[in-house]
Amino acid sequence: MQPIQLQWIDYTILIAYVGFVIGIGFVLARYMKSSSDFLTSGRSIPAWVTGLAFISANLGALELVGMAASGAKYGIATAHFYWVGAIPAMVFLAVFMMPFYYGSKARSVPEYLKMRFDERVRCVNSISFAVMTVFASGISMNALAKLLTGLLPWKLDFALPGNVHLGSYDCYLWICSAVVLLYVLKGGLTSAIYTEVLQFFMIVLGFAPVVWLGLKDVGGWSVLKGKLVDVAQNPAALSLNDKTFQPDAWSSAWKPLIAGPEHNPMGVDLFAMVFGLGFVLSFGYWCTNFLVVQRAMAAKNMTAARRTPLIAAIPKMFFPVLVILPGMIAIALASSPGKDYRLPPRLIASSAYTTAIADIKTAKPENAGAAFEAVSKDIGLKLDKTKITALISQNAVAPLPEGQLKDRLQDAVAENDYDSVILSLVKKYCPPGLLGLALTGLLASFMSGMAGNVTAFNTVWTYDLYQAYFAPGKSDKHYFWMGKFITVIGILLSIVCAYLVSRWSNAMDIIQLVFGFVNAPLFATFLLGMFWKRTTGTGAFIGLVGGILTSGLFHALTSAVGNAPGIKGGYLHVVQVFPSDMAQNFWLASFAFTACFVLTLVISLATRRTKTDAELKGLVYSLTPKIKDEEQNWLLRPAVVGTILIICCIILNIIFW
Amino acid sequence: MGLDIRWPIGLMFTLIGILLSIYGAVTGSGNEMYQHSLGININLIWGVVLLVFGVLMLLGAVRGGKKPPTA
Repeated sequence: MQPIQLQWIDYTILIAYVGFVIGIGFVLARYMKSSSDFLTSGRSIPAWVTGLAFISANLGALELVGMAASGAKYGIATAHFYWVGAIPAMVFLAVFMMPFYYGSKARSVPEYLKMRFDERVRCVNSISFAVMTVFASGISMNALAKLLTGLLPWKLDFALPGNVHLGSYDCYLWICSAVVLLYVLKGGLTSAIYTEVLQFFMIVLGFAPVVWLGLKDVGGWSVLKGKLVDVAQNPAALSLNDKTFQPDAWSSAWKPLIAGPEHNPMGVDLFAMVFGLGFVLSFGYWCTNFLVVQRAMAAKNMTAARRTPLIAAIPKMFFPVLVILPGMIAIALASSPGKDYRLPPRLIASSAYTTAIADIKTAKPENAGAAFEAVSKDIGLKLDKTKITALISQNAVAPLPEGQLKDRLQDAVAENDYDSVILSLVKKYCPPGLLGLALTGLLASFMSGMAGNVTAFNTVWTYDLYQAYFAPGKSDKHYFWMGKFITVIGILLSIVCAYLVSRWSNAMDIIQLVFGFVNAPLFATFLLGMFWKRTTGTGAFIGLVGGILTSGLFHALTSAVGNAPGIKGGYLHVVQVFPSDMAQNFWLASFAFTACFVLTLVISLATRRTKTDAELKGLVYSLTPKIKDEEQNWLLRPAVVGTILIICCIILNIIFW
Repeated sequence: MGLDIRWPIGLMFTLIGILLSIYGAVTGSGNEMYQHSLGININLIWGVVLLVFGVLMLLGAVRGGKKPPTA
């Protein structure tokens, strides 16, 4: 990554944002009087604020970066994550599930599980959730520190006693964590929520001009679509994919999907997409993940709590324009020769240059084929053979200087670094000024990714682990203190995780794999628990554990095309090979969900109920008095708004069919 | 919670909007750095957009009747 030139105006915008964020924390500190003020915002926030925080908590930088990457890799079909996945799940949460979460007075999702089932279910959920949030915030911070190290021109190096050196990466990691710590510690969950709203506007207003300029540069939507047709017929030209596809593979959402996994770049079939992603994974995430649900639970009353996901769904529906379109713009630009843009290639490790350059220097033009193999092996990435051959013959005639050789080698890399797509567009279109705004948006999303996870972590630790198992029956003052203390610990643990992920790149894959195992079956437990009063604690517990084990087993027995048995699956025996990682993942979720659902159902029927109807009031659908929506204006009733949202979603799906 | 979020949002975007539009006006459309943005003085345009947004948020906060934070 090339460092970029930032002007004073860019730094000013950046500093203004950080100043406001910390300022919010300090202003809110006056209102933090009890553990519930700090950890659950005392249930006092208006719906539009919790609604924006609800999507913002999910709109971490990884989402921003990842969706643009998928937009380039898979085109418009990436929008399924929104129009099939998120929106229906958010409507379901608002209409059916929020009454139980909010009405039960539970302070967290694990606490709801304890009320509905028993301690065992809560324990599994709270521990896995706590570990997950710490890692998620560590991953965010690692990405941020890496980004800043690559972008900012300073080379920092502080020597500490004991021969410890703090480099740029360390400094950025610690400074950014300290900022997050400061405002979360001061203003608790409210601080995190308010900052998320600020971040929401920062991202929208920071990236909208980039998308607008990009689209204008390509020549508008219809030209973009035309370019995508070219790309689909020869994706190898951009090193996107080795296969060729129907012309509409990048520009239609459903047709390539219905045609089968070999006709869409995702390599996914219709069932895996609709059931695996649309139902299991999305509902599992949006309806049960405490990180997002916590935002709705902080709303000031039941009406506001139910409106939270609905308000969130409106901007969410149009987010593909902001987050997926940039990826599509990038491939359209890359396939327009006059635009002087290429997808950012993966970077060659600095240690690989020495041997590669030595090989180039000794290579003879007449056996360029063997030399190409050797250089590819040195670098460990796919290279462009013509470029390397040209380089070898040129260097044999007149030796090139070292720097030029490096540049030419980097230029010959034929593997894309999709995660850099968004940044490459920011660099291309932003003059100083706007650049500061867009980078601040990116920074904001990384930092609030950490804040969101830490505020969910401190609540689950304090209420579901510490109060439940270590120190029950203490004064609120004690838990308030613990909430603050664990916030500091949470930030420190995140920093440890950031280092872990940065040192050992496999760590990230393993963590995400394990999250997948734990999360996939969870929605089955909630679905049965909320809508079937016969579900027992034992049934839920065994179902959940069984579902997690099923995920693990499924993963051990399947693989995806192009992956050797190992971390990507198939380490026991390969029974089934899926066309892509994504298909494998969606099918895994489908299996885990089904296993959990069936196990919970069967064991619940075989075991005795431990909770009476009276105890389950407010926790189960059939035993809870219906909320009287009639008092509200009928147009604002959750069910009506939800239906309208679903209809809009269907229309969007048809437009981009 | 005692603080109306529209105050900080409004103040921040008003501030950034003013900064960005002044910067855009001073650098002028002919400046070669706007080759990045297809010859458009995006700083001036977008600065004004941010300013309008910020002011609208502040108006909302005033209407909401909360006093600005005094910390």
